[in-house]
Amino acid sequence: MSTDSDGKFGAYGGQYVPEALMPAIEELRDAYERYVLENEDGFMDEFRERLADFGGRPTPLQHAEQLSERYDTAVYLKREDLLHGGAHKLNNALGQVLLAKYMGKERIIAETGAGQHGTATAMAAAHLDMPCEIFMGSTDITRQRPNVFRMRLNGAEVNPVTTGRGTLKEAISETMRDWATNVEDTHYVIGSIVGPDPFPRMVRDFQSVIGREAREQIKAKTGRLPDSVVACAGGGSNTMGAFHEFVDSADPSSADKSSGQHPRDRVDLIAVEAGGSSLDVDEKAGVAPNSATLSTGEEGVLHGARTKLLQDSDGQIMESHSVSAGLDYSGVGPELAHLVDSGRVDAVNVDDEAALEAFHRLSRLEGIIPALESAHAFGYLEENPEEVGDVTVVNLSGRGDKDLETVVEETEKRDLDVDVDMSVFREAER
Amino acid sequence: MSDAVDAVFESGEPAFIPYLVAGDPDYEASIEYVEAIERGGADVIELGLPFSEPIAEGSTIQDAIVRSLEAGMTPEQYFDFVEDLDVDVPLVCMTYYNLIYQYGPDQGPRAFVERAAAAGIAGLVVPDLPAEEADPLRAACDEFGLDLIFIVAPTTKGERLERMMEHVSGYVYVQARLGTTGARDDVSDQTDESLARLAEWSVPKAVGFGIKTGDHAERIVSAGADGIIVGSALVDIVADGADSDDPTEAVADRLEAKARELKDGALAGAGLAAAESVE
Ligand SMILES: Cc1ncc(COP(=O)(O)O)c(C=O)c1O
Repeated sequence: MSTDSDGKFGAYGGQYVPEALMPAIEELRDAYERYVLENEDGFMDEFRERLADFGGRPTPLQHAEQLSERYDTAVYLKREDLLHGGAHKLNNALGQVLLAKYMGKERIIAETGAGQHGTATAMAAAHLDMPCEIFMGSTDITRQRPNVFRMRLNGAEVNPVTTGRGTLKEAISETMRDWATNVEDTHYVIGSIVGPDPFPRMVRDFQSVIGREAREQIKAKTGRLPDSVVACAGGGSNTMGAFHEFVDSADPSSADKSSGQHPRDRVDLIAVEAGGSSLDVDEKAGVAPNSATLSTGEEGVLHGARTKLLQDSDGQIMESHSVSAGLDYSGVGPELAHLVDSGRVDAVNVDDEAALEAFHRLSRLEGIIPALESAHAFGYLEENPEEVGDVTVVNLSGRGDKDLETVVEETEKRDLDVDVDMSVFREAER
Repeated sequence: MSDAVDAVFESGEPAFIPYLVAGDPDYEASIEYVEAIERGGADVIELGLPFSEPIAEGSTIQDAIVRSLEAGMTPEQYFDFVEDLDVDVPLVCMTYYNLIYQYGPDQGPRAFVERAAAAGIAGLVVPDLPAEEADPLRAACDEFGLDLIFIVAPTTKGERLERMMEHVSGYVYVQARLGTTGARDDVSDQTDESLARLAEWSVPKAVGFGIKTGDHAERIVSAGADGIIVGSALVDIVADGADSDDPTEAVADRLEAKARELKDGALAGAGLAAAESVE
């Protein structure tokens, strides 16, 4: 399944963690290799069965008729929003909680930004009867309230993290501290393809079901591979999940010229980051008002891995910003950083406004309310329809129920012409 | 590697190794504080260079790092700070790998280590750099004559411990308990277990994480430690001083007294009399 068995992706990756965690990481690497890569004790069979029965896989690949017409290209949506919990996050959370169970761990911890990973982990932990604690930045608790309710309802403790800006970066640091304290009986379910090896490749493997299904589905529907796959990127788990099966694909069938169907020799992979409010950086304040790590970041070491980071010239990590909590992170997965450097993945970005507009557009045109994270991918499509070829798959990584209040507020604040009149609430109160 | 550090452990006395964050709560006061803990009996001083994501640190030192960064501390200023200090004991720089990696025009640890050596730093402790990733830094430390001090955790056992022991220089930092830094009210059983596991190696063992009082220091030295490392219990004094806006000298006096309590505890643990009472 993996070709990166040393845990490095080019110069990126590695295991930059406190010594106290190293034995647990070695244990995890061993468990990953046995259960996930070798299917020992039928682990992968049980995982797939639970993903189907509990999670609702496979998710559909839907032809988006209105968008296809608007952009004059065949747009297909990989509907991860229909996975249980409302985002791709369950693919990974269920895999890791099940793995923790196989490893004999007794307690689950996880960080969360948008609350989707926390929710997925809480659901998986309840489903598999494991106690669970989630660390969430205080800013994110306020802007993703519905997910806090869901985690609590599933029986998880939610611990607010108040350091720094109180977003994903601080939540990860705090979860690592808990892990370093309770490492003997606790598994840390990292929520993206970040952290020390084996997390980046393990999370990717759990998420790669997205691209595996999409590849079969698009072939069944169109008889060919897509020209491009588009996905938003925070840490990059939905991104690599969607891309992994296509990274090596020069479409074997495209060598067969008689089919004449596939004009490109490879599938373009487009990672859409959060451009936030601006790509400029305020070094003095230590703030990058964006989360465009792949496009603007520099190599460094954070949260267990060498990767691209938003940092100042001294190496202090900068506070990122995005209207979308799930993309609001100063780092990115090492594998994605490597694929961008090597030219296999294009890193692009879309700002807060374009993402908000895309959120409204998808809601109106297709009847699908996307997560603000996923909306970034559609913002890219609106701005660059000519870049995606004749057939494109957009990973709709999650649904937007968690974002409703934020979106209404942020839309009003900006006076966007997509603004939706919500005065009905006031009328009803009269 | 560093003769100064070796000399400390060859003296036969247990080493008292206090930690402060450089620049906490500001540059000038911090200079006074570091000099005060030397007067209080420090044998080696671990001086933190603050990093924005200190994942091994509990809340006490996290807060100190925020104070120092807000007062403007940078790696460049840190080296000035070290050069401005009037202390004779060896200084060990404790920081996170990204700051070491980014320093200088090219990425990689060499420029940082070269500058640290020039400033008179004797060794480095890097809590987010396990032995697996340490080769480039170790090479730079060898080149410039610095000790690279490794942390032995309660979970470091068996083959892993043996591999680590092959590369030790200076002393090993024996992490007294799982978790993050922070002063505690008890001495963990994990400390005794770790010291027992390390007994067969002759390398000096300095125990840190959670030590708060002279009694703790005594207990740990009598259990076989060659030194004690104390951070949060001292940083707490700096924090209190900053919170109540106390004059720098008053805080420095408190730090000196606390340092002496810890040093005397360590001496007592080795069956030695406290320094002042040896007339
Ligand atoms: C719906 C959705 N998409 C994307 C992301 C970003 O994470 P990643 O880049 O790991 O896919 C999140 C994170 O919370 C999310 O909830």
